[in-house]
Amino acid sequence: MVSLSEFFAIFAMQGFNGLSVFCVLLLMALGLAIIFGQMGVINMAHGEFLTIGAYITYLLSHLTTTYAPSLQPFYFFGAVVLSFIVAYGFGYLTELLLISRLYKRPLDTLLATWGLSLAMQQTFRSIFGAKEVSATLPDWLLGSFKPTENIDIPINGLFMMCLTVLLTGTIFILLFRSRWGLQVRATMQNRVMSGAVGINTRKVDRTTFALGCGVAGVAGAAFTTIGSTGPTSGSLYIVDTFLVVVFGGAQSLIGTIASAFSIAQTQSTAEFFLTGSMAKVLTLSAVILILMLRPQGLFSVRVRK
Amino acid sequence: MNAAYEKLLGGRSGLTGLLILGVLLLVVFPLGLDIFRLNLVGKYLSYAFVAVGLVLCWGYGGILSLGQGVFFGVGGYCMAMFLKLEASDPISTKIQSTPGIPDFMDWNQITSLPAMWQPFHSFSFTVLAVLAVPTLLALIIGMAMFKRRVGDVYFSIVTQAIAAILSILIIGQQGLTGGVNGITDLKTLMGWDIRTDSAKVILYFVNAGLLFACILFGRYILTSKLGRLLMAMRDKEERVRFSGYDVASFKVFVFCVAAMFSAIGGAMFTLQVGFMSPSFVGIVPSIEMVIYAAVGGRMSLLGAVYGTLLVNFGKTYFSETFPELWLFLMGGLFIAVVMYFPNGLAGVYEKQGKRLMEKLSRKKAVPPEPVKPKVATRTDSAEVHLDGANLEASK
Repeated sequence: MVSLSEFFAIFAMQGFNGLSVFCVLLLMALGLAIIFGQMGVINMAHGEFLTIGAYITYLLSHLTTTYAPSLQPFYFFGAVVLSFIVAYGFGYLTELLLISRLYKRPLDTLLATWGLSLAMQQTFRSIFGAKEVSATLPDWLLGSFKPTENIDIPINGLFMMCLTVLLTGTIFILLFRSRWGLQVRATMQNRVMSGAVGINTRKVDRTTFALGCGVAGVAGAAFTTIGSTGPTSGSLYIVDTFLVVVFGGAQSLIGTIASAFSIAQTQSTAEFFLTGSMAKVLTLSAVILILMLRPQGLFSVRVRK
Repeated sequence: MNAAYEKLLGGRSGLTGLLILGVLLLVVFPLGLDIFRLNLVGKYLSYAFVAVGLVLCWGYGGILSLGQGVFFGVGGYCMAMFLKLEASDPISTKIQSTPGIPDFMDWNQITSLPAMWQPFHSFSFTVLAVLAVPTLLALIIGMAMFKRRVGDVYFSIVTQAIAAILSILIIGQQGLTGGVNGITDLKTLMGWDIRTDSAKVILYFVNAGLLFACILFGRYILTSKLGRLLMAMRDKEERVRFSGYDVASFKVFVFCVAAMFSAIGGAMFTLQVGFMSPSFVGIVPSIEMVIYAAVGGRMSLLGAVYGTLLVNFGKTYFSETFPELWLFLMGGLFIAVVMYFPNGLAGVYEKQGKRLMEKLSRKKAVPPEPVKPKVATRTDSAEVHLDGANLEASK
């Protein structure tokens, strides 16, 4: 006999599971929403930028526990910043050397960035080994939060949620409230006109792409709190990430959030009744079916070509 | 007769290209390679079906499908199901708790043959399924996507997701599909042992023959009016639509043809290699198959075959000797082909080989060819594409 409180506890935990899947999807999709949604560049190496962030966090955790144990509780904040900077830098270089020559050929960008992702995966494997590694979490991230007896919410999950909210908020402010965001949106809507009014569109492209990569790096850092990192960790998520962005309506940031939320809730609810793989098949199929009926996604800004 | 010569074989230069490939595949390889290597080449050639299909739908149709592994896999699995049923007759599986069903089903506590497997007792049904199931699947996907004018990029992403779904599904449904190991231990095809050396040689020739049939069919499509329309669509879709053509139907058609080619390749793969597994279905193999076509030249049917062979030789060689390097090379190949050789090997041949040939033929003092209209000097991409296509079609 399941009592009401136990039922409520299951419900709450299930909801929390859904929310953590949502955070994972959203963190991954945010960078891509900028790169693919705003710029229309298909970056198949997005997952690898995520992995960069995760490995940097691992490195920093390793370094602090070995050389400066007193700093260990706080390494994570440094890792977030450093992940952003390194991923931003790599993104900048990628745009400069690769993407900038392929803007007129989106399908070729797809292939080239896939090639880049293969090379990056092998680089990770050569440096960090094929085995998955995990960062040592500081003590304050361990343990769980228990509002009632039956509910058990892990702190690291809560922390990741806070980080997600913070990152999403920052991106919103950057894109919709800052001068730079205005330039980005202007360039994406009408490149020629933006150039005519004095916006350096080349520079906007470069920084936008790099910013998307930097955000992916931060997401990677956040992932280390809930899972381990391997050379191919990032590539496992690439299809889900693209589907989240497309499903939300590529140019709408709100849409990305809504679609990450609905996909995550569907998946975690289905996981409660079915096996993990069937739940995933069901969710992805549902997304594709809806996309076939409504190709413009949930929130469409304008008709796409 | 003359029309067929022009259309199917593509005139004199097209015939030369076919003959060279024919001699290579049907004479040089079978004579020069031992049975193990020949079987390996046969495996590569079964991937070439996918690459040839991609030339049609990507190079000419402008539709980049990242889910060709789905059709390759479905074709391969259909064939594997038939062979598996034949291999698991009640006598050879009598140690199982339920004799007469495939071994992996027995391991997964399945006690009777699932309904999905029943029709695969019949060979004619299996052949029909190999050809029809992937084509129908492509028809459904194509209708849903192209009738709603979904853009190229979105099509690529959705096909990629479909590849992901199918591979997860196959791995998840272990009792029905053999899971991550796939369907293994295939022995005979209607009583004929496919594991013997002589069977491998025969299957190699059947495979090569089917590949040539697909190439000829592809060429027939490309030299017909439909081929012209495909190219026109790829370069200026709106203009073709405004001229009154139903663009979506043409796209669906060429996508279905590509799917059917891939399925034939998948079935031949199963026959030659003796197993089928989800590792040929998912995203990674699907994109790898795109690079075969890209290296060979996305505008050249014959180039696709060379591209497939070359990339696979490279893969086998490097993953045997320098496994560390292979992914770097593969990655570099993707980037280099896209940035510097968008038309692949065939493009290089067009540029360098044609020049060489002209020099040689000028010495023999043949009458000069009619002067081609000079469109290639213009930088408008559509014009250049069409010009490249002319060269290809006139081969």
